[in-house]
Amino acid sequence: MDSPAVEIIDLVKRYGPTTAIDGLSLRAARGAVTAILGPNGAGKTSTIEICEGFRRADGGTVSVLGLDPSRPELRPRVGVMLQAGGVPPAMRCGEWLRLVARFHARPLDPEALLDRLGLVEHARTPYRRLSGGQQQRVSLAAAVIGRPELVFLDEPTAGLDPQARHACWDLVGELRAAGVSVVLTTHHMDEAEKLSDHVVIIDRGTVVAEGTPAALTGAERQLRFRARPALTLDELLNALPAGSSAKESPAGHYIIEGQVGPELLATVTAWCAAEGVTADDLSIERRTLEDVFLELTGRELR
Amino acid sequence: MTTANDRPAGTALDLTPAPGAAPLPRMVLAQAGAEIRAMLRNGEQLLLTMIIPVLLLVGFSAAPLVNVGDGPRVDFMAPGVLALAVMSTAFTGQAIATGFERRYGVLKRLGATPLSRGGLMLAKTLAVIAVEAVQVVIIIGVALALGWRPGGSPLAALVLLLLGTAAFSGLGLLMAGTLRAEATLAGANLVYLLMLGCGGVVFPVSTFPDAMERVLELLPISALTGGLRSVLADGAGPPVAAMTVLAAWAAVSLLAASRTFRWE
Repeated sequence: MDSPAVEIIDLVKRYGPTTAIDGLSLRAARGAVTAILGPNGAGKTSTIEICEGFRRADGGTVSVLGLDPSRPELRPRVGVMLQAGGVPPAMRCGEWLRLVARFHARPLDPEALLDRLGLVEHARTPYRRLSGGQQQRVSLAAAVIGRPELVFLDEPTAGLDPQARHACWDLVGELRAAGVSVVLTTHHMDEAEKLSDHVVIIDRGTVVAEGTPAALTGAERQLRFRARPALTLDELLNALPAGSSAKESPAGHYIIEGQVGPELLATVTAWCAAEGVTADDLSIERRTLEDVFLELTGRELR
Repeated sequence: MTTANDRPAGTALDLTPAPGAAPLPRMVLAQAGAEIRAMLRNGEQLLLTMIIPVLLLVGFSAAPLVNVGDGPRVDFMAPGVLALAVMSTAFTGQAIATGFERRYGVLKRLGATPLSRGGLMLAKTLAVIAVEAVQVVIIIGVALALGWRPGGSPLAALVLLLLGTAAFSGLGLLMAGTLRAEATLAGANLVYLLMLGCGGVVFPVSTFPDAMERVLELLPISALTGGLRSVLADGAGPPVAAMTVLAAWAAVSLLAASRTFRWE
């Protein structure tokens, strides 16, 4: 039980001339929720599919529950939710879950799982006739039905309506509470922040930052407001305490970072008064993972 | 965060890890059952595996559309239609179904379950044989009703049917594992029609020119129809040549399929 849920060291994956994963290393602890966060094409799915044993690495080492991902004894211990598909379109979703349950020694009751995920009335509906959100829930159910130690979820909430997304988040929380290790990919930072113990931000096939959501976003807070675009910020920067910063991003949206407190707030409002500027939607916020990502890569997450 | 009250039905699940694979026979039977249900539920598959063979059997036995030589026409037709039934299930149906399973990620997803690939292939084979058993019962029933009086060794006929199943399964899986699903769909239907027309199912191979006849006799469908006919209609002993042709097709196609099969 000492080995981590997943340990990846210097992973390399190439598709022809393209290097999709370029020296990626990460570690997902047992019993924790680890989110792999990054924009489309960052290498999230390649990474998770190598861990699931679907693809082979071109370099580096990957170990899942202390074993090589291709080892058959991992199959009952690991639950998998693919990004899309994986279910015969004509099969009724209840039938699919009962089939997958039959592959396991001590599965969850398929009917209880259908009930829990709000799919009871669709149990006899062919998979292809379900909505996107319902299909995602069927795939999620199939990933957990065998009572695995470790679950891989590839973009579990992509295309879900808010209600279905919350149902998914609840289940991930319950998995964690039950001691199941969860590794998921997402490009929603709110999802990574809410769900995970550990976030690994990847871009262009390599890790750009990792840590707890709190450590990544830092204790630093920021003051934001809206005003007319292209204000000259020099006066404000002079007035602010050393170590503060002020920028306009995007046009008309101003972000002040530093020791955000009453003093800084007073400085900013005084400057606004002197400039004849009305600051709208003035708010004090924590940095988001999106800000962290933008800072590290110079690119938007989505 | 939502509270327990927001959950769809509030059922508590024991998610505590308790992993373990089911015994292999249980997994294989579960998968085979799912495959059989899928085949029997699919309208196009039923048309191919049940309706067309029975219509051909009835139609060509009743009407003198083809010169099949001496003896009751049903004696010629029944073995050919049995061979066609094997081809439609083991080759055409299996190729199309497996091709689309690959396309929809079903084979990939099943690869992440405790059911091994060997177990999946065993399940597919069992499902094909089960559907063939239903086909054989129906075809024999209809043929007997049409006055068929089969002779020969049932065991030799069974060996031919199994060798034919192996050869056609190998060819079907070879297509399904390498081509796009749409190409498999088109190709498997085209091959079905060509083999139906040229493989001695309803038109005797001897109606073709000699040189062509010799080549056509090497097709798996001709070997199966010819072999079944020599046993069931003529009461001959085990047709070694036909069995050898089928065994060779089975060996080559299954080996090629296992080497080239792509699971996604």
